[in-house]
Amino acid sequence: MEISLTVNGAQHRLRLDDPRVTLLDALRQHLGLTGTKKGCDHGQCGACTVMLDGRRMNACLSLAVMHDGDAITTIEGIGTAEALAPMQAAFIRHDGFQCGYCTPGQIVSATAMLDELRQGWPSQMSADLTAPQFTDDEIRERMSGNLCRCSCYPNIVDAIRDAAEAPA
Amino acid sequence: MPDPIELTLRHQMNSRDERNLLDHTVQGIVGSPLDRPEGPLKVRGTATYADEDHPPGTVYGWLVRSTVGKGWVVGLNTSELRAMPGVLAVIRDDRLIRNPAQGQAGKAPYQGPAEVFYKGQPIAVVVAETMEQARDAALAARAQYDDRTDKGVFTPERASYETPPKKQATQGDLDKEMDAAAFRVDLEYTTPTMSHSAMEPHAAVAWWEDGQLKVRGSYQMLKHNVEELADALGISPKKVRILSPYVGGGFGSKLGISHEAVGAAIAAQKVGRPVAIALHRRQVYETTMRRSESRQRVRLACDRDGQLTAVGHEAWVSNLPGERFSEPVTQATPFTYRGENRLIGHHVGRLNITAAGSMRAPGEAIGVPVTEAALDELAEAAGLCPVELRLRNIPDKDPTTGKPYSGNRLADCLRRGAESFGWADRPQPGTRRDGEWLIGMGMTSAIRVNMLENSAARVTLAADGTALVETDMTDIGTGSYAILTQIAAEVLGLPMDRVTTMLGDSDLPASSGSGGSFGAASAGSSVMLAAQAVRDRLAERMGCDPGELTLKDGTAIAGNRQRQIVDLLAGDSLQGTGEIEPGTTSQDHRQACWGAQFAEVAVSSVTGEVQVRRLSAVFATGRILNPKTARSQCIGGMIFGIGQALHEEVMTDPRDGGFVNRDLAEYHIPANLDVPHIDVEFLDDRDPYANPMQAKGIGELACCGTAGAIVNAIANATGKRFHHFPVTLDKVLAKLD
Repeated sequence: MEISLTVNGAQHRLRLDDPRVTLLDALRQHLGLTGTKKGCDHGQCGACTVMLDGRRMNACLSLAVMHDGDAITTIEGIGTAEALAPMQAAFIRHDGFQCGYCTPGQIVSATAMLDELRQGWPSQMSADLTAPQFTDDEIRERMSGNLCRCSCYPNIVDAIRDAAEAPA
Repeated sequence: MPDPIELTLRHQMNSRDERNLLDHTVQGIVGSPLDRPEGPLKVRGTATYADEDHPPGTVYGWLVRSTVGKGWVVGLNTSELRAMPGVLAVIRDDRLIRNPAQGQAGKAPYQGPAEVFYKGQPIAVVVAETMEQARDAALAARAQYDDRTDKGVFTPERASYETPPKKQATQGDLDKEMDAAAFRVDLEYTTPTMSHSAMEPHAAVAWWEDGQLKVRGSYQMLKHNVEELADALGISPKKVRILSPYVGGGFGSKLGISHEAVGAAIAAQKVGRPVAIALHRRQVYETTMRRSESRQRVRLACDRDGQLTAVGHEAWVSNLPGERFSEPVTQATPFTYRGENRLIGHHVGRLNITAAGSMRAPGEAIGVPVTEAALDELAEAAGLCPVELRLRNIPDKDPTTGKPYSGNRLADCLRRGAESFGWADRPQPGTRRDGEWLIGMGMTSAIRVNMLENSAARVTLAADGTALVETDMTDIGTGSYAILTQIAAEVLGLPMDRVTTMLGDSDLPASSGSGGSFGAASAGSSVMLAAQAVRDRLAERMGCDPGELTLKDGTAIAGNRQRQIVDLLAGDSLQGTGEIEPGTTSQDHRQACWGAQFAEVAVSSVTGEVQVRRLSAVFATGRILNPKTARSQCIGGMIFGIGQALHEEVMTDPRDGGFVNRDLAEYHIPANLDVPHIDVEFLDDRDPYANPMQAKGIGELACCGTAGAIVNAIANATGKRFHHFPVTLDKVLAKLD
């Protein structure tokens, strides 16, 4: 079977001989985009976070064949070597990573998360469900699907706050 | 390009470092909170880990694993599997290993997949064209067993324990003093099996070129890993090259060669193509390494002035039959506090459960929180402030050996930490409330032994004034790329962007590798020595003594003379090799890393949930090479402690030893919302006995004690004591009124 997948703005015709290929493995093994990481393959760690039409999702929990015609954004589509995205620069400045393995997922997740917050999506930490505020606890709650065993969490929170406050 | 001029500087630590070179260089890079140089690669997803950058034609392997807890494999449906789509080979080979090599083993672990020692043990490898096909075939594998599960030992209660004579020690008469002392505690604690749970699962890609084996893998100590893999395969270490440029976390789980490397190497030989084996997360839990569970008995006694007179610490841990490693739980106990009557006990039980190995601070990580929790109970019994009890018991010299400390800053850490945390505001136990939440404060000392290992590095100063640092050292998130670049730049007087660091290739000079918190000190010292060899030659070319030379921003200065380094090089490149070796200062002096940690918790009186509201630490651990990466190591270690105190516990099935919670949804490492703001302060410190940089280990120290501070805070909040880690909601609820 063949599917059409737009990844980071570029359209790919992807020939899949096996319906069991996950979106994550399609990205990593078929398209060579290894920035998206496999930490658990079970939707538990968030290392494989990508955006589907701007919304974050775990690429390991979805089969590639389900995404014919979809537009995916991966870490490779965020910032460039010459001009890092503010979120990426903030992660470096605040040392929001150590081993770096969960980092692409953290950055994609944080990028989409800020958009969710701007659109007023509430979370468990929202005192007012109709108007969530931009607090550290909101960041912590909304980023708790992205595990980091090096445990850079305080630095990740600092980086996200910094990036969110940076001029767009 | 002409060959570089080769220079060598070797140093064995047989005496106190008097030169203190890094306090006399002026580039201002060492000690600065600089960003990691590899940061742009990591935030863009272009740093390549083990299961990436496959050679063309790579095929995939998947481990077949035992479904019984003990016995023998007597058959496998190989021909059925062989007929499945895409399957290239089904491999049962006597060279497959039972469990990963222990850290610094330098030889193969126990080999032979026929005898099963634990449930989940790899017994075969299936190779197929695609990962999906290999996985499918492995899941369809049906082994026949001579099943001896009924003879297995799966719980500590049923284990028989060995008591190695060399691991026992007594001084004075502990029993007698326990009866006589004014105040005493005699307590038993348990800590569970834990999992490293590094974010990158173990993976290896192996391929053969002209009889040479190349492996991209996720390993911490390449010089040992090459020897282990070569030994497992029965080939010369000279034929093995391992590449680990980026390692997605280790914490000890990747110290030794593991199933995926041996399996991929054998498979690549058999199918004649590169083979990639990436362990599934559940395989990581069940087949790599665990931290042993422990049972610990702590006996402490003090006189009316709060002077410790008895210190007893006994531990029962476990491992697979034949494994030499056993978690050195009592490691810090002999040298931390006073007491004339002492007893150390160490007992190892043999269990048919996944091998136990080193996990971040093996020993102190589970020993210190327990002794520090017991001290908290003694302080309460004696009516003393816990900080004061510790301050009254800091010895002048190692109370067990009589050796001097290389430096002991524990008192400074305790005083400074208590002040900055606001310890004076600690409530009486069980008296402070915030709505449904009971609030408490607790503290701990943080103690971890300091080590130095053989390490070598090469620093090449090219004719254009740029430098290249090369060593097989790994960066497992610890900041090796940052600090090694900084050290070379500092000693050579170059800006950071003129220095490049290459790591993680076993063809480069052999380093200590990453482990035991000795990586920065060992590999860093070798880089410093290599750069110093180059610097000494520059001094010669300046016509001055090395001590009179100043190097800054590419300029050499001696007295009132000044020349550009590139002019001094005059077209030459200088290549320094530096080698550090441990020496007598490791034996003559008790070297340790020191700290104090403070925690504030809130315990829900309704649900029993514990939230850590504040964590604060002060560390004195020699020179801090990079305060930014050092702080990250410390907060990471302290958060390890949150997991240890509150969440983390591998549960095993008492019927067959299988891991019940074997993935990241069931084994609960801390998540972002579990973690509060964390304060970390470093005292200005130097340890001239440690190494020529006068730096010490950090990454493990930070987790040695944290869980103790948290359980002590829970006791302060609730007025109840908890002796079984982790302190989960059910345990709290059962004790709340």
